Amino acid sequence: MRKDKISGWGNYPEEISEIERFYTQRDLLEKISATTFKGIPRGNARSYGDSANAPTTLSSLHHNRILIFNVSEGMMTCESGVLFSDILDVIVPKGWFLPVTPGTKYITVGGAVASDVHGKNHHVDGSFSNHIEELTILCGDGVVRTCSRSLEASLFQATCGGMGLTGVILNVTFKLKKIESSYISQKQIKARNLDEILDLFDEYQGTTYTMAWIDCLKGGKGFGRSILMCGEHTTIDKLDQNKASTPLSVNKKDKITIPFNFPSFVLNPLSIKAFNMLYYFKNYKREMEMTTPYEPFFYPLDALNHWNRMYGKRGFIQYQFVLPMHSGKKGLIKILNKIRSKNMGSFLAVLKVFGPQNDLISFPMEGLTLALDFPIKKGLFDFLAELDSIVLEYGGRIYLSKDARMSPETFKSGYPNYQDWKGLIERFNPQFKFSSSQSERLKITNS
Amino acid sequence: MSNSKVLILGATSDVGVALAKEYAVHKFHLILAARNIEDLKPIKSDLEIRYEVLVDIVSFDAVYYGTHGKFLEEIGLPEVVINVFGYLGDQSIAENDWAEAEKIITTNYLGAVSILEVVASKMIEKGNGTIVGISSVAGERGRLSNYFYGSSKAGFTAYLSGLRNRLFHFGIHVVTVKPGFIDTKMTAGMELPKLLTAKPEQVARSIFKAVRRKRNTVYIFPIWRLIMYVIKSLPEGIFKKLKL
Repeated sequence: MRKDKISGWGNYPEEISEIERFYTQRDLLEKISATTFKGIPRGNARSYGDSANAPTTLSSLHHNRILIFNVSEGMMTCESGVLFSDILDVIVPKGWFLPVTPGTKYITVGGAVASDVHGKNHHVDGSFSNHIEELTILCGDGVVRTCSRSLEASLFQATCGGMGLTGVILNVTFKLKKIESSYISQKQIKARNLDEILDLFDEYQGTTYTMAWIDCLKGGKGFGRSILMCGEHTTIDKLDQNKASTPLSVNKKDKITIPFNFPSFVLNPLSIKAFNMLYYFKNYKREMEMTTPYEPFFYPLDALNHWNRMYGKRGFIQYQFVLPMHSGKKGLIKILNKIRSKNMGSFLAVLKVFGPQNDLISFPMEGLTLALDFPIKKGLFDFLAELDSIVLEYGGRIYLSKDARMSPETFKSGYPNYQDWKGLIERFNPQFKFSSSQSERLKITNS
Repeated sequence: MSNSKVLILGATSDVGVALAKEYAVHKFHLILAARNIEDLKPIKSDLEIRYEVLVDIVSFDAVYYGTHGKFLEEIGLPEVVINVFGYLGDQSIAENDWAEAEKIITTNYLGAVSILEVVASKMIEKGNGTIVGISSVAGERGRLSNYFYGSSKAGFTAYLSGLRNRLFHFGIHVVTVKPGFIDTKMTAGMELPKLLTAKPEQVARSIFKAVRRKRNTVYIFPIWRLIMYVIKSLPEGIFKKLKL
C-alpha cells in the first residue's frame, strides 16, 4: 500500500501514514475487522497537532453525503466527512446557520464532534455537542451504536471531545440556528489594557458572538491591549435596501493561496510587533461598527489558503488553554508576562470568555481561554512546558485538538474526568484498535 | 433551466458521482444506475439537498444482458447516456483464475456493448441523443501488467468508434473518453504519478464539455495523447522485452 506524509494544520509533527478511505459503513467494517487493524479516523486534518496522525488513518472525506435537511425545523443529518463549508452553502440560502463554528469552515462534521469544537458564541450557546440530537458510531468492538445525551449517554459523552478514540463517527444529526440574513452586524472596540478588555467581555456577555485579539508583546501601561470583536446575525430590518432584497445571498470571493512555506525569519519578534501595532491602530476610533458578510467575520483566515505555510517548513504549535474564571485573570497575567519576558511573541493571540460547560472530556469550561501561535524553534518546547505548569497551577487545561507536545501528566492533571473517560474507551474500544500518535504519547491507549 | 435527463451507468463510482454533481449543477434530471441500490440512496439524498434537482435511482447489472431492454423501457430514453462502470480486476489473479478474467472481459466489454446497443436503437428511433463511453488508455496497447483489462477496453474503444460512425448518420453523437490515471477507490493505495492523475471532478467537467462540443475522443490531460503515442510507436521487438 502507498504511504503518505501527513501532519495536522500546524505541520508538526510530520508522520508517514497509509491513508485508507471509506465511502460506506460496509467499507469501514471491512477495514477494521482485520485483526491487525490499528488506526485513527481522520477528517480534513485541521486539528493542529498529532491527534489525527497514526501509521494507518481512516479518511472520512469520501463518507460525505448530506442525508436529511429539514428546512422547516432546521435539522440536519449528514455523514461524518461532510465539511462545514458544504453545509453552509446549503443552509445559509435557506435561512439557517451552523449552531457553533470554529474559526475555519474547512472541518468535517466528524472532526467537529471529536474535538467538540467551540466558537465565538460559546458563552451563550456552548460547544458543538450541545446541539447534537444523536450520532451513530462504529465502535472499536465492531458494533455500530446510536447515542445521544439520553441514549447510551456515556458513549456520547466519551465521544464528544473524545478525539476519535471510542470509534469512527458515521452520521450526526444536529440542530441549526435560524437567521434572517447572511450578514453580521459587527462592532469592534479597543481596550487599552487587560482590565478594560475583561470589563468589555463582561459588558458584552449578552452579545451572541464575542472574541478579542490581544497584543501579547505590549508591556507597561498598555499591557493586554486588545480589540473586542462582537457580532450578531443581522436582522432584515437592519439591512440597507440593497442588501434587504436578497438578505440570504452568499458572495463567492476568490481566495489567495500562500504558495510555499515562508522562510522562518519572516516571522520574528519585530515583524510580529509591527503587525500587532498596525492591527491595533487600524481601529483608529475606539468603536467601529459595520455590517459584513458572515465569511470574513467567522473565517478571516480561510480567505488565505494554506496560511499555515507562513510559519515555515518546521511548522508551528498553536497553544490554547483555558483557566477557570476565579483564577483566570491572575494566571493570564502571569502567562502574558512570561511570553513577553522571553520575547516569544505570537502573531495571532485570541482571547475569549467561555460560558459554563462541564462535560466528561470536552475542553471548554467556564473561564478565560487564550490561543497563541508559536513557530517551532529551539527552546520552544521547554518554554511551553513552563506555560503548562502555570496553566495547571491555576486549575486550567490545554486543548487536545491543538496539542502536539504536552506530557501525559499535564494532560491528566488538566482533565479531572480522565479516569472515567479512559474506562469508557476501554469498554468501547477494547483492543485500542483506534489509537493516534497523540493518544499513544499521552498514554491513553497504551496502559 | 434544462429539463434534460442524463443516465449515469455505474453511478456509485467516484467518476459517476462527480458526473452526477456536474450535471446537477446544470440542472439536469439525474437517473443514477448501479448494481447496489442501497449505496445509491445516500447519493440521491445528497444530490437532492445540495442541488435541488430530481434524482431517480435504479438497479442495473451490466452482465445481466437480458435485463437491459426492460431496464431502458422502464426509465425511458434520456438525452445523454454515460457508461461509467468498469472493472479493473486483478491481472495476476486473472492469469490463474478464469472467473476473474471472465469478469473483467464481460463487465468492461460485453456488459457495456449490451446496454449501449439497446440505447443506440432507441436513440435511432428518436433521432437524437448523446452516448458517452468511458474507455481507457490501457486499451491502446496490451501490456503484461493489465492485458485482460486493456484488451477489454481496446474492444470497447473499437466498438465506440464503430458506433459513432454508424450513429452519425442518424444525428446521434458518441464520445469516447480515455482517462489516464484517476484518483478513485479503484486506484486507492496505488503509487500514481500526481501530475498525471486526474481528480474525478476534472474528468466529469471534461466529459460535460466534450458532450456540449460534440468532441469525438477525449483525453483528460493532453499529455496522455503523447504518452500513448510513444507507447504505441515502440517497435514490437523492443516493446515485448519491456516490463510495462
